[in-house]
Amino acid sequence: MDPSRKRTLRLVVALGAALILAGALIYTSFSASTEASTPSQVVASAEPGRSYELTGKVARQSVARDDDRLRFVIRDRDGKAAVPVSYEGVVPDPFREGREVIVSGEMKNGTFVAERDSLVTKCPSKFTKEQTVNRGT
Amino acid sequence: MAGIGSACLFAGLLTAVYAAGASLYGVRAGNAAFVISGRRAIYCLAALMLGATAVLQSAFLRSDFSYALVAEGSSTDTPTFYKVTAMWATQDGSLLLWALLLSLFASAVLFLTRRSLRGIAPYATAVLAIVAGFFLLLMVGWENPFGTLANPPAEGGGLNPLLRHPAMMIHPPMLYTGYVGFSIPFAFAVGALITRNTGADWIRATRRFALVAWTFLGTGIMLGALWSYTELGWGGYWAWDPVENASLMPWLVGTAFLHSIMVQEKRGMLKIWNVCLIIATFVLALLGTFLVRSGILDSIHAFGASTIGVQFLVFIALVVVGSTALVISRLPYLRSEARLDSLLSREAFFLLNNLVLVALCLVIFWGTFFPLISEAVTGTEASVGPPWFNRLTTPLALVLVLLMAIGPVVSWRRISPAGLLRAFMWPVLGALLTLLVALALTPAGERPLALLMSCFAALVLAVVVQEFWRGASARRTISGDPWPRALSRLVARNRRRYGGYIAHAGIVVLFLGVAGSSAFLEQRDVRLSPGDTFKSGGYDITYERATATLGEDRAGSGAPITFGAVLRARDEDGKTFTLRPSRNFYPTQDASKGAIGRFFEGEATSEVDVRWGLRRDLWTAIRPDISALEGPIREANAKFGNSSGDVQALVIAALAERYRRDPAPATFRAIVSPLVSWIWIGGGIVLLGALIAAWPSPEARLRRVRSLYSARLGRDLRAEPS
Repeated sequence: MDPSRKRTLRLVVALGAALILAGALIYTSFSASTEASTPSQVVASAEPGRSYELTGKVARQSVARDDDRLRFVIRDRDGKAAVPVSYEGVVPDPFREGREVIVSGEMKNGTFVAERDSLVTKCPSKFTKEQTVNRGT
Repeated sequence: MAGIGSACLFAGLLTAVYAAGASLYGVRAGNAAFVISGRRAIYCLAALMLGATAVLQSAFLRSDFSYALVAEGSSTDTPTFYKVTAMWATQDGSLLLWALLLSLFASAVLFLTRRSLRGIAPYATAVLAIVAGFFLLLMVGWENPFGTLANPPAEGGGLNPLLRHPAMMIHPPMLYTGYVGFSIPFAFAVGALITRNTGADWIRATRRFALVAWTFLGTGIMLGALWSYTELGWGGYWAWDPVENASLMPWLVGTAFLHSIMVQEKRGMLKIWNVCLIIATFVLALLGTFLVRSGILDSIHAFGASTIGVQFLVFIALVVVGSTALVISRLPYLRSEARLDSLLSREAFFLLNNLVLVALCLVIFWGTFFPLISEAVTGTEASVGPPWFNRLTTPLALVLVLLMAIGPVVSWRRISPAGLLRAFMWPVLGALLTLLVALALTPAGERPLALLMSCFAALVLAVVVQEFWRGASARRTISGDPWPRALSRLVARNRRRYGGYIAHAGIVVLFLGVAGSSAFLEQRDVRLSPGDTFKSGGYDITYERATATLGEDRAGSGAPITFGAVLRARDEDGKTFTLRPSRNFYPTQDASKGAIGRFFEGEATSEVDVRWGLRRDLWTAIRPDISALEGPIREANAKFGNSSGDVQALVIAALAERYRRDPAPATFRAIVSPLVSWIWIGGGIVLLGALIAAWPSPEARLRRVRSLYSARLGRDLRAEPS
């Protein structure tokens, strides 16, 4: 093969590989993603079998242990809607009532059943300026 | 005192502006005095930043709570080690650290190149001064670390307990050193582009800085992983958290850069690619700093919601637009001096390895920013989790390891099929042997990807050993040295090459650790009362008794109360050992919890206990249930709320003792993960290899002395009246 055709061929192969990778990236990310939602959104319109990433505050006096499962209620920031959560797995150190958390899972019979180990606690309030201001709430 | 600090910052800003202006004017007008003055202004900037840091550090050490930063992030009961390091736990403090490190690095490189690179260096000085100026502007304008409080509190907030871990305190400076270090090759690349001096000079002058930056960044990432493994209480070392990704991305592109510059040095190719890589690395480093500080993506690291997000974005956009325009305008000067002769050549494999590294970075970038992308496309914020990252990065990592095996033995320009056979016969046999051994003796057959990884890793290690063996035996033939001497002289004479091989070996050892620990991890979460036993990964683990200690935290983090457990573990061979996982309780300043209650209801952190081993680790953590103490704590709050400190201490001791005698069932997590230690060992080997490669070689020193000598000679000749 003459060199210039060889180079064109290489370029085509490289571009093809790049396109396949980009396609895989876009396809897998959109199909595997979990939607971020608030308790009111989940309560209003959760489809069964779809996974959601629930963000909100842990309601006061709601945390209870039930054998190996942790049960608590997540509220909207403005406190309108609330969803009971059933969670299994490791609980992050800064987890407390009244703190903002993120947890992934799906709705089953009115309860948000969380994926194992998916609980993330947002920054501990004590160490951020913004939340120090809000501590009274 | 705070005034002196602020003054240092303000003077620093002016100095940076002057340095940029003087260097640019000097080189444009051909006035050497201004160029020299600009360079010296950078030294001056370093001195000012050292001064500012000294002022801030002394405030931390004296616990002077009139400084907002000290009141926020330190306290009198914070251990001294953590007082010193509390500076970079805050946003303003870490900006100062950035500026300090940048000015020190810039001074070092400008001092070393003061007699060479006459054309490029002034522009590089200006670029570095502008970057430093940006950080100073942030501090002077929005986030002054020397902000003071009119009514200083009696006690500070204390350092976040989660950050009280030795690795955590070295980790940020390491990462920042890495980020900052990459600004040096970036600045010289910009200088080279502006002056149209696009040969390999700027690379030779700064590649060691790039290597040092890469080493620091890599070490920082490893320390972060170690912190996650031993402090965060979930037992993993990598979670694809946005901020972790933010540090990995510049490292990956930096790795590609370190490899592809060799192609430019040897063959004059890939010039556009190299300047693009270093620009991308620097932008990603800025982005890393921005992500940690802006809280734009939800992350456990989002310790501070930021006020400087917009400024950062504007600066990053300016850097991207400016550099892109510069590269495009200089395209005619960036033509390759040679063409790729064959796909079976070292330069082709370097290019492939580069593409894989950049692809890895792209995947991670896409996943990290996916919440923003999806919100822009579909209107709803969605995110991808660790399984997505694992699925996409694993095949790329496998290809990368395979390329690592092939690249080093393929010759420049082209290799003949016979040469290929000669180079690969032994390594391939070694890999096949590993495959058989792994299938016969370990459960690796159940996990094809892990099995494949171990075969490729064996191939890489065999190639590295073969390279050392061939080099050393060639030396032996020539000089007749004994083996050890031949080996050490071989490495000493070719530090960059053999240091690189050692780093390769370290990386595959690390990958083996990742493959083993992610494919064969066994995790149990159980609730136990004293006396109970459970099984996990071949261990019988018995919860012997509860512990409760006051002021005896092993890690020295200053926690007043520690609840824990004594576990006895027995392995398959009947060997027993003891593990003591515990949980530290830090008092809260929240008065509503009561004088006694505040000691039990503040932050708490897991202090995990790990039995380290080459074959596997046994990792344990405990979450004690102290809800039974709530009643007594309320009572104590009412009764002893106004008592003296001594009495309250006795009451706390009595409460702790109560838990120790009659503990409620506690939750334990036990993880048996094979080969996880190899990650840290591999990281250590990479560090060793990088140090060997970065260490100045005697030849280079000789070259430098010669160039200094010839420069002086040239000056003397010119000075002579003709």
